[in-house]
Amino acid sequence: MIKLNDITKSLLRAVSGYEDKEFIGAYNIRQDGECAARKSTDNIKITAREDGKSGIEVHIKPGTKGESVYIPACVSRGNVADLTYNDFFIGEDADVTIIAGCGVHNDSESESFHHGIHRFVMERGSKASYIEKHLGTGSGKGDRRIDPITEIELKENSYLFMDTVQLGGVDTTDRKTVATVASGAKLVVHERLMTDGEDKATTDFVVNLTGENSSAEVISRSVARGKSKQKFISRLIGENVCMGHSECDSLIADEAVVFAEPALEAISPDAELIHEAAIGKIAGEQLLKLCTLGLTQEEAERVIIDGFLS
Amino acid sequence: MLTLENISWSVPEKNNILRDINLKIPHGKLTVVTGPNGGGKTSLAKAIAGLLPGVTGKITFNGKDISNLNVTERAREGISFAFQQPVRFKGITVRKMLNLAAARELSFEEICDLLGKVGLCTMDYIDREIDSSLSGGEIKRVEIATVLARGTSFNIFDEPEAGIDIWSFNGLVNVFKQLKGTSSLMIISHQERILEIADDIIVIADGMLRISGTRDEVLPSLLEGEILGLCPVGAKAI
Repeated sequence: MIKLNDITKSLLRAVSGYEDKEFIGAYNIRQDGECAARKSTDNIKITAREDGKSGIEVHIKPGTKGESVYIPACVSRGNVADLTYNDFFIGEDADVTIIAGCGVHNDSESESFHHGIHRFVMERGSKASYIEKHLGTGSGKGDRRIDPITEIELKENSYLFMDTVQLGGVDTTDRKTVATVASGAKLVVHERLMTDGEDKATTDFVVNLTGENSSAEVISRSVARGKSKQKFISRLIGENVCMGHSECDSLIADEAVVFAEPALEAISPDAELIHEAAIGKIAGEQLLKLCTLGLTQEEAERVIIDGFLS
Repeated sequence: MLTLENISWSVPEKNNILRDINLKIPHGKLTVVTGPNGGGKTSLAKAIAGLLPGVTGKITFNGKDISNLNVTERAREGISFAFQQPVRFKGITVRKMLNLAAARELSFEEICDLLGKVGLCTMDYIDREIDSSLSGGEIKRVEIATVLARGTSFNIFDEPEAGIDIWSFNGLVNVFKQLKGTSSLMIISHQERILEIADDIIVIADGMLRISGTRDEVLPSLLEGEILGLCPVGAKAI
């Protein structure tokens, strides 16, 4: 275990709701590639991996209700290459909240990155909310990079709500999510991304709706400003009687570039798959309306973006 | 008191959308602006709110020349505008919009009062987003509520009746009656119910102020269909 430094504490406040005291529930805090703090509870066991890879296993007992587990990871300096593998096993009929969150601070000229590879195994009837916030800070020219990979296995009648937000300051991100959804199970993903300057962001969702009456909803809202570039790829594959809805909605400003590539693949004739995509700048009418309330153009823009990403 | 002097507005595609309009709107009065479609009513209202670029002439509000103020500055001087076709906002709730309008955090009771005035049930709407999930009539009522939330001294409503059901409309008429006296209202409307509660009525056509007078001077001729080309007895022809 290592001591949390002030930069990590600041990042933790932003990405995981840290309040300068111990998290309530189970937790594992990672700082610059090392474990800084860990606690298990009676129902949630966190252990180091035994396969030689860096990372943890989180085992949640069947029937566990209303408990939380925090697994934030922070990089507090330049020239850190942090790769971690975290596996979550959510027992039958459990109902829990998992708060992740990653912050990368870099004042140096060298790149720093955190690559979190998360695997969720949701047992029958289990429910979980997975909340993930990403943030980059620091004044260095070195890249702040966060590349999460999320693999999800939803067994019968399980439910996962994934709320993922990139707050800003991340120079490069390449986000991949692959899910398999069994009978009666449901996956809901809400993604919000903000890029500015020269930032680059790619998000790639692949959801396999394999089970009867499985369903998925993938909603991405993003704001691209400056000279940033965003790429949104989503692929819903319906292999059974299922429902899938994917939505990509982007606000674009300045010289930013947004690319959206939605794909629907119905293997079963009973699959109902929908995709909606919209890319556009902030509507002038929206700005004018808020200005008639006494807001300046800049204040109005901020309100619109905050609302859009809320 | 709002005074317009020689207000004109043209755009490259169309000249004389507003032509040399002179008008005085006294404080605490309800002035209804009516006239044929495309005659310049909305343009006149937008010119007052600062929503149109390139308007010429002078606008004085409570003794201050506001001609060169932008829309934000005019709003802060106390001018509010309810759009004929309100805009939708993804992610902004009714509560958030009313707080923005009031420039403070409103209490639940205050929001309840505002939404009640426009015929909306607070519990059903306070946390709804102002997006495409709201019907045209619902969003119109939220728009009117934002102006009420501001509590400003000069309030412009562009066709407030459009899209609103008759029951809610009755309530709105009462709200407008209550507002006059404490603030000035300029309502663009063709609705007889609105015309009947006006203190003054002006008729705009072809970008010009064609008729101006008190309700009793103007309304009878309007109701008889003698709108343009005829000066009602007692009304002031321009």
